[in-house]
Amino acid sequence: MTASLIVEQLLNGLQFGVMLFLMAAGLTLIFGVMGLINLAHGSFYMVGAFACAAVAALTGSYWAGLAASLAAAAAAGALVEVAVIRRLYSRGHLDQVLATFALILVFSEGTRWVFGSFPLHLTVPGFLSGPVALPGGIDYPLFRFAIILAGLLIAAGLFLLIAKTRLGVRIRAGESDREMIAALGVDIRRLYTTVFALGAALAGFAGALVGTIQSVQVGMGEPVLILAFVVIIIGGLGSIVGALVGAVLVGLTDTLGRILLPVLFDTFMESSSATTVGSALASMLIYILMALVLILRPTGLFGTRAH
Amino acid sequence: MGREAAISLLIAAALLAAPLLGQAFDEPFVITLATKVAILGLAGTGLNLALGYGGLVSLGHAAFFGLGGYVAGILASHALNYEPLFTWPLTVEGTTQMLIIWPVAIVVSGVAALVIGALSLRTSGVFFIMITLAFAQMVYYFAISWPAYGGEDGLSIYIRNEFPGLNTLNPLHFFAVCYVLLLVAVALSFLLSRSRFGLALSGARQNAQRLATVGISPFRVRLTAFVLSGMVTGLAGALYADLNRFVSPSMLSWHTSGEIMVFVLLGGTRRLLGPAAGAALYIVLEHTLGDVSEHWMLLLGALLVALVLFARGGVIGILAGQPRHA
Repeated sequence: MTASLIVEQLLNGLQFGVMLFLMAAGLTLIFGVMGLINLAHGSFYMVGAFACAAVAALTGSYWAGLAASLAAAAAAGALVEVAVIRRLYSRGHLDQVLATFALILVFSEGTRWVFGSFPLHLTVPGFLSGPVALPGGIDYPLFRFAIILAGLLIAAGLFLLIAKTRLGVRIRAGESDREMIAALGVDIRRLYTTVFALGAALAGFAGALVGTIQSVQVGMGEPVLILAFVVIIIGGLGSIVGALVGAVLVGLTDTLGRILLPVLFDTFMESSSATTVGSALASMLIYILMALVLILRPTGLFGTRAH
Repeated sequence: MGREAAISLLIAAALLAAPLLGQAFDEPFVITLATKVAILGLAGTGLNLALGYGGLVSLGHAAFFGLGGYVAGILASHALNYEPLFTWPLTVEGTTQMLIIWPVAIVVSGVAALVIGALSLRTSGVFFIMITLAFAQMVYYFAISWPAYGGEDGLSIYIRNEFPGLNTLNPLHFFAVCYVLLLVAVALSFLLSRSRFGLALSGARQNAQRLATVGISPFRVRLTAFVLSGMVTGLAGALYADLNRFVSPSMLSWHTSGEIMVFVLLGGTRRLLGPAAGAALYIVLEHTLGDVSEHWMLLLGALLVALVLFARGGVIGILAGQPRHA
């Protein structure tokens, strides 16, 4: 175990966390403003990745693919909001869960219909491939480094959007009193569609970036969706800051746990069972973290309201 | 007799008639499907205790379903390999007797429900949904990364476990076992919903504050319901493993949680035979849509969305109308 390996894993954890943030931010915004739990959020992640892969293959340009991922996910989000989600705001959580669960079936099977069951692959654009030399003589893949930067930039942009723009004012107003802002003449239905499309676009963008490192396949959004839920539980529902802190915490815990726990167990167990126990425990580590947060602060680290 | 009771009897009778007709017309596949309906209906009956009567929207019941399945698989594999389960502090052997497997499955899933419930019930609403989902996912990943019992590949049960006096390999016999257990669980749900505990649980669902002011702790009532619910679903998992003679992490996956929830909602929440009716409808849909297109999941998803939006109250809700006590 060398220092450079640990730094590399720290960066991997950060990269994972930043991508989780893009998912969790959309989910938490949608919940905060509309009071909706959206299981189909992972589908937008998948839609973004497939749009990116398809357009990049068609045009030969990765950047066109990225733009397509944003556009396709936002369009899918707006469409679903107008067709289905809009009717669910007044319903209980149970109906919301069921309808959005059914939407996952529609999205996954629809994607399989169009693209088939085989995973697609994206190529890292030329000037972002290869390693970057970090201080201390550590080589790190440039593309992953770029993802971290892009994610942090988007996070900053999101904070500015919510704090400084008119749309942000409306979003915050929608979170605290939706009847009141409707009475003040804000078109609440359009606001809802906008927020939903924004959340979907963030998810689609994350899907395209992660799809570039891993692979683009049906069902890729579901594990990420559940991790994004864990992020929100840890960070606190409806809080963007909480989503960021929770996402980085989950990303780091998961990545470092997978490396460090087997090594840790190796110090006092025989090595084959240390690997087994260590990696089994590592796969549960973020849920244990979640349980701890629940015991200490049931509303999450930054949650103010009890839901 | 009310309309709901009449419809419930009709559903129970139809579920009994299907495999008998299957036997008469030499269609053994129908018997298997009916057994699947009975088992998944049982899993849904368990979830209905928490979700319907208690208003606890758990998206993590796959954990209990899968744990029950793994209990059956693990005990059977130890018995078939003549390896004791553990030897310290006392030697415990595996078994292929359903009458031993069931209580173990019920206790194991009950303990899991106690731990998960005690943590999750500190919250409510959307948090509760996400937390139950997350804990089930934790069990899922544990099953995948723990290699002793097949890990990702799952575990085969080479010979279906035994029940005294019956030949469980005979499809009709095995159906009878599952059907009777479903009816027992439905009867218990009925008694429970009429008991003092059931009334307290309804109170916790409708107005927890009022319940607390009359001196009953909503937390304890909910936790008890959650544990009972997990136990019934765990028993269903043990049967499901025996039906397929195979148990794998997919029983623990969150799709399973979603499907069990779909059964309850398709049939109608807080209806005694709602989950069984929902499971039957789901399986019939799966097979008829499967004939229409290989992309039947797309049709099923669209149909489910439409049902949630436009047909509230599930099948029994449509047929029997609103219950007297909403």
